Amino acid sequence: MAEHSLILKNLRISLAGDTLLDIDAEVAPGEVLAVMGPSGSGKSTLLNAISGFLSPRFSCHGQIILDGQDITHEDPSRRKIGLMFQEPLLFPHMSVEENLLFALPRGGSKQERCEKVREKLRAVHLEDLGARDPLTLSGGQQSRIALMRVLLSKPKALLLDEPFSALDVELRDRVRTFVFGLAQQNNLPVVLVTHDKADAEAAKAQIINLLNHK
Amino acid sequence: MVQTLYARYVMTMTNRALNAIFWVAPALVILLLTGPLLAGLIGVAAPAFGYFPTLGGVELTWDHLHKAMHVPGFWHSVHLSIWIGLVTTIISFVIVIGFFAAFWDAPFFARISRFVSPLMSVPHAAAAFGFAFLFAPSGWLIRLLSPWATGFDRPPDWLIINDPLGYALLAGLVLKEVPFLFLMCLSAASQINVDKRLKLARSMGYGRVWAWLTVVMPALYRQIRLPIFAVIAFSSSVVDVALILGPNLPPSLPVQILRWMNDPDIEMRFVAAAGAVFQLGATLVALMAWWLLEMLCSYLMRQMQSKGARHQNDQIVRQIFNIAMLAMVTISAASIVILGIWSVAGYWRFPEALPRAMNLMRWLDNASNLWGPSFNAIKIGVAAALISVVQTLLCLENEKRHDIRLTQSALRLIYLPLIVPQIAFISGISILLVRYGLDGSFWPVTIMHVVFVFPYTYLALEASFHDLDPRYMQTATALGKSQNRIFFQIKLPMLLKPILTALALGFAISVAQYLPTLMIGAGRVPTITTEAVALASGGDRRLIGIYALVQTLLPAVGFALALVLPKLLYPNKIYFSKQREA
Repeated sequence: MAEHSLILKNLRISLAGDTLLDIDAEVAPGEVLAVMGPSGSGKSTLLNAISGFLSPRFSCHGQIILDGQDITHEDPSRRKIGLMFQEPLLFPHMSVEENLLFALPRGGSKQERCEKVREKLRAVHLEDLGARDPLTLSGGQQSRIALMRVLLSKPKALLLDEPFSALDVELRDRVRTFVFGLAQQNNLPVVLVTHDKADAEAAKAQIINLLNHK
Repeated sequence: MVQTLYARYVMTMTNRALNAIFWVAPALVILLLTGPLLAGLIGVAAPAFGYFPTLGGVELTWDHLHKAMHVPGFWHSVHLSIWIGLVTTIISFVIVIGFFAAFWDAPFFARISRFVSPLMSVPHAAAAFGFAFLFAPSGWLIRLLSPWATGFDRPPDWLIINDPLGYALLAGLVLKEVPFLFLMCLSAASQINVDKRLKLARSMGYGRVWAWLTVVMPALYRQIRLPIFAVIAFSSSVVDVALILGPNLPPSLPVQILRWMNDPDIEMRFVAAAGAVFQLGATLVALMAWWLLEMLCSYLMRQMQSKGARHQNDQIVRQIFNIAMLAMVTISAASIVILGIWSVAGYWRFPEALPRAMNLMRWLDNASNLWGPSFNAIKIGVAAALISVVQTLLCLENEKRHDIRLTQSALRLIYLPLIVPQIAFISGISILLVRYGLDGSFWPVTIMHVVFVFPYTYLALEASFHDLDPRYMQTATALGKSQNRIFFQIKLPMLLKPILTALALGFAISVAQYLPTLMIGAGRVPTITTEAVALASGGDRRLIGIYALVQTLLPAVGFALALVLPKLLYPNKIYFSKQREA
């Protein structure tokens, strides 16, 4: 069980001597840890710590263990943690297909790579969009492509930073089901930062409430 | 298997090499900005105090400084430089700030802004020629007014251009410094929350202009202080515009120094160096005078502010700045037009408003003469702009990687080559280059241009680079990409527009350089700018019109390319068509 999970072992982050957050949690593959709390409670600090973008001004104690490996001080590009933000952030100078190709790890001929990408697109019924400019897609389509992009990079865990809050209510449910479904299918531990209780409920998540420390 | 191992090895080595380049870039820039400056100042100071063994100067002496001081009209030249530096800056500053205060949120502001950026790219020399063609006694303005309004059927005997007190020089400089300060204020304004500040003050009942002056200007001024110093230094030491519009007997100090440098009597080099030392002093005096004015104004502002007057009736003030700015834009546009008219003018008798015939004869006659200097300008401009932009990007990326943003003092370093008068240290460098036989070739001229281009490309790119949403880079990193790959595949393409604009700006700055090209090139690297300024004394208006117009067109082509290229390179990408101009 612990084999593929994401473990935050006595993770304590502080800034200039003040402890911002103190977490001990384990997220099993396919499970969701929902981190909730008001703004300023350190949600994004926690995300930065896990993904490796914590500014050196912060100090971080404890361990982050993913798939049995201590990644606390690993370079962010080697952590294999997929990121999704509130906006899909598809690279605007690339086509949809180029975005996906960019995410695919090295190896294989050009044709093989394109085929892999197309297969992924077909699986989510977006095969017609490959050549499109990402900015011409609807919000829901962009979110789905962004998730495909993350999955193509073969991550071992997913970090979602309020990924649904930019979508309107109707769309939100569908994208939510889509994302959590795929995470489960791929057996990925998920950390979800949100302030929408419905997100956490839909994911049947274990919930951590960060309190405003100020 | 061996192949993949080898490929991987090459990749790691390339990555390491790139990392090293990023790491070294800032040190290189510091060397580039301060090296020539220090060398130049030493190269000026040594001969000024008599030490220059090549010319037989081995003793330290005050003689050369004395000699310079006793040249007839010397102190007048010094006064001219200080006065022109100071007054040009005051007038330009007042026009720009007044216009911003009066029209910040009016539609008129946006309309004027659109005219101002292209004006900034017009080389100083071309603008000066256009100004002369407009306002000379036989210029377009008097032609348009004669004889019906003035009664003149021959040009009046007035000394308007090259007047002894330098009013024409002053006006010509204001015409160029207003667009510069305008753009500087615009970019500074985007970094402070102008609208919120204004709303707050306006809701307390303050009039538009006064609200702007009291709550926006203090914050804005801090950001444009260095550009203002650059304007003071530039106008107090300008050579090309002074050769075209400035007084002759005596000329302003920098022109005098240039004459001494070119004097056949080689001994005069010592006097020229001494003059350059005085130039440093003159610019310093102008800067200090500005500093005193700063203190006085901020004291007065504070006094007035605390009285709480609302100054709601500012219609007249607004009208004044409306007229001032409109006049500026009109004169600038008209001076380009008149350059164009003269370049194709056939026979043109005095009071007639337009030439009787227009043809391309002179253009065709001079096509072959134009090509060499234009090509030199393009070569140097492209090389200098590329070097500067690459250096800028390396430095900015390095800052990002180490999570630093330049402090105010580091910024001062970048402005340094713009604040020390060109004539003072370039003459020193040229003396050194002659000593080692390195003058008069492409690379020294290009490197010298980089010193003046880099500050602009850096300032132009800095904001866009830092404003790029960091989450794009985080996304790419999380996808497993190295920093170097992200730099080339995400940052550079996403910043394509500002990068091209910075290249065009760098090219424009380089094309307009007169003194560095002339002195470092030792006259053997003629560019369109050095050739155009050389025509000033000749008075062949058709020829001047042609050269000045080509000089204006080169940067314009650069900016046009910067606008068009992203759309050609990335057709059908909304990101590149809707993105705001940098």
